[in-house]
Amino acid sequence: MRRTPMAYLWLTLGVLVFAFPIYMTLIGSTHDASTIGRGDVPLLPGPLGGENYANAWNGTGGGRIQGQPAGLMLANSLIMALCIAAGKIAISLLSAFAVVYFRFPGRMLAFWLIFITLMLPVEVRIIPTFQVMVDLSLTNSRAGLIVPLMASATATLLFRQFFLTIPREYVEAAKVDGAGPLRFFRDVVLPLSVTNIAALFVILFIYGWNQYLWPLLIINERSLETIVVGLTKMIGTGDSQNEWNIIMATAVMAMLPPVAVVVLMQRWFIKGLTETEK
Amino acid sequence: MATLKLTDIKKQFGTTQVLHGVDLNVAEGEMIVIVGASGCGKSTLLRIVAGLEFATSGQVDIGGQDVTGLDPAERDVAMVFQNYALYPHMSVFQNMAYGLKIRRMAPEDIRKRVAQAAALLGIEALLERRPRELSGGQRQRVAMGRAIVREPKLFLFDEPLSNLDAKLRVQMRAEIKRLQRRLGVTSLFVTHDQVEAMTLGDRLVVMHQGHAAQVATPMEIWSRPADTYVASFIGSPAMNFLPGTMEGGAVRLDLGLKLHLPATPALADGHKVTLGIRPEHLCPGAGGITMNLELLEPLGSETVAHGRLPDGTELTARLPGEVTTEGPLSLLLPSEHLHLFDAATGKRIGA
Ligand SMILES: Nc1ncnc2c1ncn2[C@@H]1O[C@H](COP(=O)(O)OP(=O)(O)OP(=O)(O)O)[C@@H](O)[C@H]1O
Ligand SMILES: [Mg+2]
Repeated sequence: MRRTPMAYLWLTLGVLVFAFPIYMTLIGSTHDASTIGRGDVPLLPGPLGGENYANAWNGTGGGRIQGQPAGLMLANSLIMALCIAAGKIAISLLSAFAVVYFRFPGRMLAFWLIFITLMLPVEVRIIPTFQVMVDLSLTNSRAGLIVPLMASATATLLFRQFFLTIPREYVEAAKVDGAGPLRFFRDVVLPLSVTNIAALFVILFIYGWNQYLWPLLIINERSLETIVVGLTKMIGTGDSQNEWNIIMATAVMAMLPPVAVVVLMQRWFIKGLTETEK
Repeated sequence: MATLKLTDIKKQFGTTQVLHGVDLNVAEGEMIVIVGASGCGKSTLLRIVAGLEFATSGQVDIGGQDVTGLDPAERDVAMVFQNYALYPHMSVFQNMAYGLKIRRMAPEDIRKRVAQAAALLGIEALLERRPRELSGGQRQRVAMGRAIVREPKLFLFDEPLSNLDAKLRVQMRAEIKRLQRRLGVTSLFVTHDQVEAMTLGDRLVVMHQGHAAQVATPMEIWSRPADTYVASFIGSPAMNFLPGTMEGGAVRLDLGLKLHLPATPALADGHKVTLGIRPEHLCPGAGGITMNLELLEPLGSETVAHGRLPDGTELTARLPGEVTTEGPLSLLLPSEHLHLFDAATGKRIGA
């Protein structure tokens, strides 16, 4: 701790390196397309900020590759990420509760099956999942987009570990008090899990927000397109000139919701942490 | 308020038999203390009464109704746990009200009952606090309050005082006793502390390896222990045991001394017996046994003397006043304080 100036120097350098691309994006989103297209890299904000963002938001960028309105894509992404995070948390809370608090035949089998699916990321099971969605006629629908991403072995395991640390006496006290399993879940387990839920929500929201391959595959309908997919589609592959200013404005907007979630939940999360009960 | 009847309760965990058939009849309003060494099955028995564990065989009746297969909620019992098990995210009020809320009692009535119980326990000022903002003794009171508001048929306590410091334990012990008297609720109280057991219980159940070795009032257990285990477990320092043989209606100690008993037991000559005498009943005097002193513990009004008999048997005596002698100490064994046990089975012989 004594070499503070050096530490600050290194940290500042690190921050600059990491932050520079984001700064470039921000600056780029305030110039016109041709400035960036020429290969000039301006370091100071240009005059077109408001206009570019308005165009990106409304999808009125002009040019050859017509983007979807960013507002629509953001809404799509938001719905997807929220549903995935909420769904994953709800399902894993319930399944962890079942695995920890109930003795039923095949309980350990169920647990190991969940555990094994940990080793299968989305990409590995994407083709069979796609087939299932086709059979269910769920392609090009929100349900088809969201439901397959909702089961979560990781969250189930995390909640299981947490539930195992809840003293057994709480269950017994609740039983003697006359609470049934669901009542116990709602009145005791859930309130005690709040901090864990907040932390997982942040992680899962970002996981959902950043989904790329699955939305690309399952959604052809452009009005259901998510922002991450839409953003890549805005970048043309051919010789057409890309509207880099609009793309960058969209990229900036795509970054905002995850940042907002982290910032908002962090406050909540710390409040939860400092109020943690033993 | 209700009676409790246990009939031949047996419990097995896998292949280990923990309870070997326990019978117990508890009258209305009685305070029964279950006492015994660690691992003898006290908690298991209590949890079977609560319905948190189910007996392998046997029957539990509460208030004359067979509840053997019922869940805890349907038994109308309240339990105080060793670590109190207060819900950490609820205030004291919510903790106490929870059982009533589940039973769909009107909010006004709940408030009234909680206020009453809180007043009884002197915790009115704590109702808005969370459990972690309470001291151990206060938590203990809240846990009691949670049981009291329910006005259950039975109170079940599983070593509720063992997390408190010695002074507080004595104070809470008296308070529990007073409260139980006042409310008149039939109670089972588990402890491994014999002083707690003696002072709290109307009757004690001394458990030994899954059996109820003796069920009786504290004085009865102290003055007429059913076997050598009970005799050594209750009373401090523990009872002295001397091996001997029957000889013409009297006991010939292996040491050589022959002792006559107040009542002549109907045992054949040559029957091996164990003679028991409490340390406080040994009195100095010639013509008895001789102890070689090893250690003196002066306690002010009395002195505890530890030593060995000539054959190496350990002996403890509680003698009045100060003892200054060194070396051999001669002790008498008053016949009215002698306990006779069968050497083979450990069971008490005669009255
Ligand atoms: N769920 C269980 N599974 C297997 N064995 C158990 C279980 N619960 C208790 N036992 C065993 O049963 C025996 C009695 O346990 P119990 O908890 O009733 O003892 P206790 O008399 O309350 O002891 P302590 O004074 O230490 O609390 C112990 O040997 C214990 O290992
Ligand atoms: Mg116990």
